Amino acid sequence: MELLCPAGNLPALKLAIDNGADAVYIGMKDDTNARHFAGLNFNQAKLKKAVAYVHQHGKKIHVAINTFAHPGAWHRWQEAVDMAADAGVDALIISDIGVLQYAYQTYPELERHLSVQASSTNLASINYYHKNFDVARVVLPRVLSVQQVKQLARNSPVPIEVFAFGSLCIMAEGRCYLSSYMTGESPNTAGACSPAKFVRWNKTELGTEARLNEVLIDRYTDEENAGYPTLCKGRFEVAGNTYHALEEPTSLNTLELLPELAEAGVVSFKIEGRQRSPAYVEQIARTWRDAMDTYQRAPQDFSVNQQWMDTLANLSEGSQTTLGAYHRKWQ
Amino acid sequence: MKFSLGPLLYFWPKATVEDFYQQAMHSDADIIYLGETVCSKRRELKPKDWIALANRLTESGKEIILSTMALLEAPAELMAMRQLINNGQIIVEANDMAAVQLAQEHGLNFVIGPAINCYNLATLKVLISQGMTRWVMPVELSGDWLKTLLQEAKDDGIRDSFEVEVFAYGHLPLAYSARCFTARSEDRAKDDCRYCCIKHPNGLKMNSREGQQVFVLNGIQTMSGYCYNLINDVPELANLGVDVLRISPESLATLPLVSDFKQQLTLNKRYPLASNIQCNGYWHNIAGMSLAQ
Repeated sequence: MELLCPAGNLPALKLAIDNGADAVYIGMKDDTNARHFAGLNFNQAKLKKAVAYVHQHGKKIHVAINTFAHPGAWHRWQEAVDMAADAGVDALIISDIGVLQYAYQTYPELERHLSVQASSTNLASINYYHKNFDVARVVLPRVLSVQQVKQLARNSPVPIEVFAFGSLCIMAEGRCYLSSYMTGESPNTAGACSPAKFVRWNKTELGTEARLNEVLIDRYTDEENAGYPTLCKGRFEVAGNTYHALEEPTSLNTLELLPELAEAGVVSFKIEGRQRSPAYVEQIARTWRDAMDTYQRAPQDFSVNQQWMDTLANLSEGSQTTLGAYHRKWQ
Repeated sequence: MKFSLGPLLYFWPKATVEDFYQQAMHSDADIIYLGETVCSKRRELKPKDWIALANRLTESGKEIILSTMALLEAPAELMAMRQLINNGQIIVEANDMAAVQLAQEHGLNFVIGPAINCYNLATLKVLISQGMTRWVMPVELSGDWLKTLLQEAKDDGIRDSFEVEVFAYGHLPLAYSARCFTARSEDRAKDDCRYCCIKHPNGLKMNSREGQQVFVLNGIQTMSGYCYNLINDVPELANLGVDVLRISPESLATLPLVSDFKQQLTLNKRYPLASNIQCNGYWHNIAGMSLAQ
């Protein structure tokens, strides 16, 4: 059972390892990964330092190459695979079928994990990636109920990784074009959702407005906490009612499902947030390490510690957490 | 160039669906895609009904394809899809890699639908080797993207191994979720949806707080708020070598539109489009909701 933490830079990576991560995942400094943000990610030199630090501590490092390759620019995705392989990473996290094929044929010994962006949510789909590209792991999209995850984990020919904590994508990952519809840039093509350069704030008599490419995502009174205008988490009007029509600003927290998922054979618990600060990664890693150790010491006696929940809630969007799709009522 | 009617994305009563396709038989469409692609709880027509309808429609001389679900979560959904794929006659449009896997297991060819992430030459080549005969481009891609990719396919000598289809008219399918947003609008969970999306034959408008139509809610699917319309781009699409243009059913009024699109090949008329109702941004390599005049 692995705790897999995000790292957007070397300080975050070191803190993740120092605070109990069994493995970290990172991205290259270009649009080959789904967190293509300014000031984030690793060039070749930093990648080598990252691999050295992680391996010195006996831990693992995965590299996300999980956007879809552009025509006329295939070399960028190919180079990302080559660079990661050359640096001696432990696994590649890939979504694009063409990139998977390249990695499988060129570096058959290097583990391939199917990225959440590949949107593989069922046994037949997992079989496809297992049979054709011999993937060593599948990262499940955040659309399945805990019963469905358990059923898959029991039957899948490939070990399962799940999202345990962090920002909640409410759409099947890899199958959401809302951001490119509004801004021209999507996670699939540009490695970004609701990109910051399209965000505009302004104060009006009605409140503080948050816009994405001029579309009003939400408006806040002085008493309300104004959150980042991720386009699926604003307030909209449907049939005369104004509410969070798609989802509230909230984060996924599955701590209370830890025993159920562990018993089902889930091999890795992934923390979202390569775009987050080193301090954020440090606190999440420490809290989840503590929880996972507590569980493993005495699985029968595990109960959720309120202090963990408080720490995690403080690190969450709108200080709220949810079980998301794991809990059927959320759906 | 051929013209297709895409799968019906909304949930209509069985009689309405049958009436629509009865009339579609006499439309200018060359290809008709049939089947439920959004939600397995929509069972006005069950898989066997779609297969029966498909068999009836083949008599019209049109090419019939059975479209399959995009988001499959339960074993029962896979069983239903297996039934569609095993119909013994009609090929399917795969909207999830599960359908590709099952088609491959049975040695069948397939169409790659718009919900599958096929973005580049390397992926096209894998899918062609597995039985893909036609590729429907993901809706978020542009004319520039397609042009570069088709040139690469030509240079690689594989351009003649597959057909290209482009979504050209209708509200765009943009996202799929575990959550049913139509049920949520009635303050209910999906398990208690009471099939409420049948009350919204064109989905449910989701507006910004200043009245801009941002999205359309269609059960677990989120669609574009504006209607995508490439009618003024038909000559360019034809020049690029696009083989099929897809018209997505909105109502019976969609059927004569197929003829309007077809006539653009010779007429090249300039249709006025309204920016707060229609869009064509994706094709023009700008934000999808935008309208390039």
